[in-house]
Amino acid sequence: MGPYRLHMKTKTAPYAATKLSDYTPGALDDAVTMLLCAVDSEAAALEDESEWKAFRDRWMARKNGILTQINDLWLKPAPRDAKREVGQRVNEMRSRVEDTVEQAAERCRQSASQAHLASDWIDISLPGIRRPLGAEHPVIKTMNEIVSIFRNLGYSVEEGPEIETDYYNFESLNFPPNHPARDTQDTLFIGQQDSKPLRDRLLLRTHTSPVQIRTMEKLKPPIRIVIPGKVYRKDPPDASHSPMFHQIEGLAVDYHIKFGDLKGTLDHFIKALLGSTVKTRFRPSFFPFTEPSAEMMVSCFICGGSGWRAADPCRPCKQSGWIEILGCGMVDPNVFEFVKQNGYDPAQVTGFAFGMGVDRLALLKYGVDDIQLFFQGDVRFLKQFG
Amino acid sequence: MKISATWLREFVDLNVDNRRLADDLTSIGAGVEAILGQGDAAIFDVEITTNRPDEMNHYGLAREAAAIHDRRLRTIEPDLPKAARAAPIPIEIQEPDLCPRFTARALSDVRIEPSPARIADRLTLLDQRPISNAVDATNYVLWEMGKPTHVFDLDLLEGGKLVIRRARPGEILKTLDGIERTLTNDDLVVADARKPVGLAGVMGGFDTMITAKTRNILIESAWWDPITIRKASKRHGLHTDASHRFERGADFESTVVSTNRVAQLILASGGGKLVGDVVDAIAKRIDQAPVALHISEVRRALGEEPGISEILRILRSLGFEVAPETNDASEWTVEIPSWRLDVEREIDLIEEIARLYGYDRFPNTLPAYSGAVIELPDAKKEATVRSRLLALGYDETVSLSFASPEDGARFSPGLGIEIANPLSEEASVMRTSMVPGMLNMLTYNLNRGNDDVRLFEIGNVYEFLADRPLESKRGSFGATGNVLAPGVYQPARPYSFFDMKGDIETLLEVFDYPSVAFDAHAADYYHPLRRARALLHGATVAQFGQIHPDIAARRKLRQDVFLGELYLDQLYRHALRQPGYQALPRYPAVKRDFSFTFADAVRFQEIETAVGALGIKELRTLVPLEIFRSGTVPAGKYSLLLRATFQSQERTLREYEVADWSAEIIRRLEELGGSLRS
Repeated sequence: MGPYRLHMKTKTAPYAATKLSDYTPGALDDAVTMLLCAVDSEAAALEDESEWKAFRDRWMARKNGILTQINDLWLKPAPRDAKREVGQRVNEMRSRVEDTVEQAAERCRQSASQAHLASDWIDISLPGIRRPLGAEHPVIKTMNEIVSIFRNLGYSVEEGPEIETDYYNFESLNFPPNHPARDTQDTLFIGQQDSKPLRDRLLLRTHTSPVQIRTMEKLKPPIRIVIPGKVYRKDPPDASHSPMFHQIEGLAVDYHIKFGDLKGTLDHFIKALLGSTVKTRFRPSFFPFTEPSAEMMVSCFICGGSGWRAADPCRPCKQSGWIEILGCGMVDPNVFEFVKQNGYDPAQVTGFAFGMGVDRLALLKYGVDDIQLFFQGDVRFLKQFG
Repeated sequence: MKISATWLREFVDLNVDNRRLADDLTSIGAGVEAILGQGDAAIFDVEITTNRPDEMNHYGLAREAAAIHDRRLRTIEPDLPKAARAAPIPIEIQEPDLCPRFTARALSDVRIEPSPARIADRLTLLDQRPISNAVDATNYVLWEMGKPTHVFDLDLLEGGKLVIRRARPGEILKTLDGIERTLTNDDLVVADARKPVGLAGVMGGFDTMITAKTRNILIESAWWDPITIRKASKRHGLHTDASHRFERGADFESTVVSTNRVAQLILASGGGKLVGDVVDAIAKRIDQAPVALHISEVRRALGEEPGISEILRILRSLGFEVAPETNDASEWTVEIPSWRLDVEREIDLIEEIARLYGYDRFPNTLPAYSGAVIELPDAKKEATVRSRLLALGYDETVSLSFASPEDGARFSPGLGIEIANPLSEEASVMRTSMVPGMLNMLTYNLNRGNDDVRLFEIGNVYEFLADRPLESKRGSFGATGNVLAPGVYQPARPYSFFDMKGDIETLLEVFDYPSVAFDAHAADYYHPLRRARALLHGATVAQFGQIHPDIAARRKLRQDVFLGELYLDQLYRHALRQPGYQALPRYPAVKRDFSFTFADAVRFQEIETAVGALGIKELRTLVPLEIFRSGTVPAGKYSLLLRATFQSQERTLREYEVADWSAEIIRRLEELGGSLRS
């Protein structure tokens, strides 16, 4: 392109068709070369569409265009014996000129659209226009994740009332009246219930476990259920306590369930939730409605089980490398006795149950240091989970 | 609970260090949360579950450690000098069911003085304040073997006898803490011939306590009915180390040995003499029936592990007697040791087996299942509503389900549900409306300089309906500040009533219903002129609007706040809309604009209804493009630019058809009082 452009810049007087004085092939060659050189160099010099239009008309106008002139000046006066030769060359020349004009048109259109595009310039480094999306609440999000893991394992979701009777919250879960185990659940009671029999008195459920009984009254075995929901304890609010929080309860009852199934299910679950590198271990515990009872610990997913985060002691696991995640156990036969009529004969069925605090899991998972943040609706907090 | 590692090791020889011992105890359920101190001062902070009072002491944990490591547990057999002969102190048990056993013995000529260093140091290590040799002896025995005992100044017991009886209503007992307690007939007391001298199983009496002047002592070690003790402890708000153990069940067979152990410690530190034999009054035996253990049941619960000889070893190491001795039986009879009141059933034995075998040694398996996943009826609807609200830009929130009685009454006519023992007055009723919670969260944000806020919450409201609690699903949403923040592209656009209305329309759209109606009958906590409710089939599914200026002023809200409530229980009665295909229009649409002036009293809904009543089926939409007041428009009127879009599924519309329809529309709107401009 460079040398060609140089050539173009050296343009002299514009080409003008003249009569041929010599019709020898050599002279014809020279005349043709001169014309083609001229058309090429003029085409190359074109800057925009209006120039191109003038250029096209100069060469191709029917009336007095250079090609028409050539026809008149070269072909018409040609000696008879040279006519054929000249005609052929003029035709070739015509098609070369037409091509050149067409190509020049394309080039001009491109440069025109480029010029037009330039006027469309914007500063793409300015920030984008954001349409605010709502953010999921970290506790609900965690709860949904947990539920979906169990759904994939064949568990159905059940729900139950938050205002429960003593019967469902305690008695049928093998917390007899006046049992010290009731003390572990600081209960918020509903007012004006004293005239009712104990089992009918209303309270705010202290766990989602009552729905175990409610579901077993409704559905025959085998069952697999998870129960997400709100629960209440008389815990004054502080960084790690809230009088209202969320639990997910699980229950599997069947004709062949063993202790290893409880362990395997929960091990699978926690790996699905926190990643396959976490390890689990189970420690004996006590819940009135399960036996044997256990607590599941997971290797600390904050410090990786080392007890240290860089130079600082890992607080979530108290440097032990293990975090207590949930309580679980094989369903106590006494619980089945309450729903024996519906097919839950403890001599026939076994099962396991588990329950976990969702808020605490969410605190750990997202590194939140104050549970109160979950219930204040502060958008600066909520937006972090969008 | 604090446990001294050195003290524990007095009862069993262990070849493991404290770290390992702590792990071992944790692995069988006595969770060691921390090891404090070192060497002889090493203390385990142990969390012992409420069902295991037998572990709440050094000897009990030593028993578990011995079982884990298969070592011999030393017995506690106090070696006492021969007692001087004396008549036994008469013990009269009037309530054999509540006090099946009462053991006592007397000491004379004891010097009351500070405990020897060994005793005092150990108690101090456990955060127990040493008091005197006699009192510390009972405390020492409590922490050593878990059996609460009591010492009286024998000379202050009147009438030379003890009576275990119900208190007389109104009887007064000043307990050791110096508080005078008025007793009821439900209280069980230890009394002398005249007066109560101790609240049974909870706390001794002040007037008969050991003092520096005490010379003669009576030691008490009894077994009390757990429920009686628990009720008394609750009734008097008096939770003691003694009541904690008695209400969980003490060892029936430990009354004599604990009495003798206290006597031994007092004699060793304070001198004195034993007077008479131990008096062991048994009113009723607490019999623990043997439990049958079937290998088939073990296998049904635990699977193939552990093997039979391991099962038998575990049970024996914990003090269970198992017969027959042979491994090839399929059923054994297991005698339960007296300290294990928690073991009554076969499953309790199975737990012991699993616990000592080690939970982590059982293989992890997944159970097969042939049932189906059943969805909750409203689950999909709720998920859809939730994802739409998120997409509309509302952040999800959760607020506490409590309200103040004032808010409860202000925002709902429903009968609130009171909490008998609330944490605070502001949280003493269950919420009857989602509004106060949402309002609180919006206020919370505004008070912290968060000016642009959009929130929603899905939850329950609670009320009594004919004395039964009713929980209804509700949604709430709230907004304040700008929808669009100001920027180089556009000026700020504040959130308005119509944003909320549009969002409700968008939300309702996911349900299948023929039409939604809006009217102005919304609750009075909304701005009287900026509120609305949405009805489907005549049922209210939402109400919303700007918060009433009075409420906004009371809460010191410095910008307009909008609230909406969704009656999700009503809304969920409608199915989700199933998208259905409609052929795309093949013929072009034609648009016509009309500029009208109307009196302010003519509302858009009337215009829309009037035009709709024309029944022009090719009229696709009628959109208000512009409204303006003032300027060239006379007061009391407004100018409205309407755009009608016509389209047919069958043909290209002709110019004259559109002209005819336009004329009809104009005529109808003029009948409404509108005048066509220009």
